[in-house]
Amino acid sequence: MKKTMTVKELADKLNLKILTEGDLSREATGCYSGDLLSWVMSRAGEGDVWLTVMGNVNAVAVAVLSDCACIVLTENAPLDDTAKEKALQQGVTFLSCDRNAYELSVEISELI
Amino acid sequence: MEESIKLHYIVPGDDFTRAGAASGDVKRTLKELGVSPAVIRNVSIAMYEGEINMVIHANGGEIDVEITGEDIIMTLRDEGPGIENVELAMKEGYSTAPDNIRTLGFGAGMGLPNIKKYTDEFSIDTELGVGTTLNLRVHIQ
Repeated sequence: MKKTMTVKELADKLNLKILTEGDLSREATGCYSGDLLSWVMSRAGEGDVWLTVMGNVNAVAVAVLSDCACIVLTENAPLDDTAKEKALQQGVTFLSCDRNAYELSVEISELI
Repeated sequence: MEESIKLHYIVPGDDFTRAGAASGDVKRTLKELGVSPAVIRNVSIAMYEGEINMVIHANGGEIDVEITGEDIIMTLRDEGPGIENVELAMKEGYSTAPDNIRTLGFGAGMGLPNIKKYTDEFSIDTELGVGTTLNLRVHIQ
């Protein structure tokens, strides 16, 4: 059976820093990694944890439209102020970590 | 639904912070109407790509959306430079977006192909120096 956990549990277990708090009780059901927004938008699924280095306002729109559970900025990629403000308005959770997308994907695959 | 719902949006040019406002609003409206998540996703992706295209290439434009009992009909109109080679523009991976756009995560050459992929009916009217209109339709059932 496919495992799921909430964004909050995932953040705690993987020691991810919470940059903006949306709905932390959302179930994370999968994972998608990518930086080209059109690509991500058409392929990331609802409930996915999206790993990217794109901390801009367009990433917020893509997360909303594709119904991702949260965005994780890998390798401490920066979140810009406009994106932060927009994420808070739209209830998008941004997390961050120092690992790269591959390393974090491996960790996530052990949890969900 | 007997009567159709009509929505109109103005997409400002050169402002990425506002791109996504129209598609986000349509998404909310469709959700309230109880339209299926798969249809909402298709409409949202097609419209957002359209909005982004307007911002990158055409200095903004206007979008009309009509929601009937059977379809969601979207008309995206701009007065931008027009598309020189529609066949090439429809090819995945082909992009004329400038480099600064690529650093924002766009310019993958997926805009028009994504719009076509996620709509049931798709047509482009474009004229160099005059502008481009996309006529899109997504079936609700």
